[in-house]
Amino acid sequence: MSEHTQPVHGDDAHEHDDSGVGAIHATLKGYMTGFALAAILTAIPFWLVMSGAFAKTGPADALILLLAGIQIIVHMVYFLHMNTKSEGGWNMLALVFTIVLVVITLSGSIWIMYHLNSNMMPWTMQDARNQP
Amino acid sequence: MSDTSIAMGSPSEPLRFHVEGEHHVENGTLLGFWLYLMSDCLVFACLFAAYGVLGRNYAGGPTAAQVLELPVVAVNTTLLLLSSITYGFAVLEMQQNRRAPMMAWLTVTGLLGAGFIGLELTEFAHLISIGAGPQRSAFLSSFFTLVGTHGLHVTCGIIWLITLMVQVGKKGLIPANKRRLMCLSMFWHFLDVVWVGVFSFVYLMGVLP
Repeated sequence: MSEHTQPVHGDDAHEHDDSGVGAIHATLKGYMTGFALAAILTAIPFWLVMSGAFAKTGPADALILLLAGIQIIVHMVYFLHMNTKSEGGWNMLALVFTIVLVVITLSGSIWIMYHLNSNMMPWTMQDARNQP
Repeated sequence: MSDTSIAMGSPSEPLRFHVEGEHHVENGTLLGFWLYLMSDCLVFACLFAAYGVLGRNYAGGPTAAQVLELPVVAVNTTLLLLSSITYGFAVLEMQQNRRAPMMAWLTVTGLLGAGFIGLELTEFAHLISIGAGPQRSAFLSSFFTLVGTHGLHVTCGIIWLITLMVQVGKKGLIPANKRRLMCLSMFWHFLDVVWVGVFSFVYLMGVLP
């Protein structure tokens, strides 16, 4: 039985070298695409804020965060070579788990502390500035 | 496991394992390093959360809009993004086993990283000199902790880069060195990812009215 299955394992094995680096195939095209996208996604929010194009904070915040999110995905795909298959899917699993923890940490902290602040701080910023 | 597969396939078909398509992880270093990066990501998430909570508590001191200078940050962001792509070029040369051009790109990457750190330290020194040091307000404490931790990571990355260049210089592009270079590649690009969060969340959103 082992004789029959040997070729299958042989095919698998020769795709890897000792360093384990063979699994990643970086290409010039991939890096340049990532760089161009990242540059555009960086330039837009900087231009929006520095030119003062936004009068209201709310939509600007949302847009900046959206562009940052897209740029992070661009970095992950083109620079960090993330895909669902690398390392047998364990990379992606760890990433998804981390994203869940990050979202809970960030949104949970900001949400809870915002309510604590509004419930427990009788002072406004104006009061704090005018204190003796 | 194999018995099941054999029983299911017809005799004329070649034997197949159902795990055939899966690539067994032969060297776990890159996966392990990825797990380290993810835990580092959680460290930064906590610092971002702290900044998100404290970032508007000025204690009567200077606000983000008053002390943060966007042109400097724009230059810093450019430097870090350029260093990411030059490290990518170094990886491409490494794949072709071309040592000299790879070392050249690594040098450029290191210099860009050093420029980033230099500008950041200048900014910090300026803030402290105008009395906006980390002890001034909760905003500045969380700001210095978050941005400083990122800067510390970049500094470590530069030291690591120099170490690897010495190692490649002495032993050449052996598999072990290629593996280390790929780990540093992930580390370096990861720091750029964190910086995307920093310039968006801290600088751009902080300067907005």
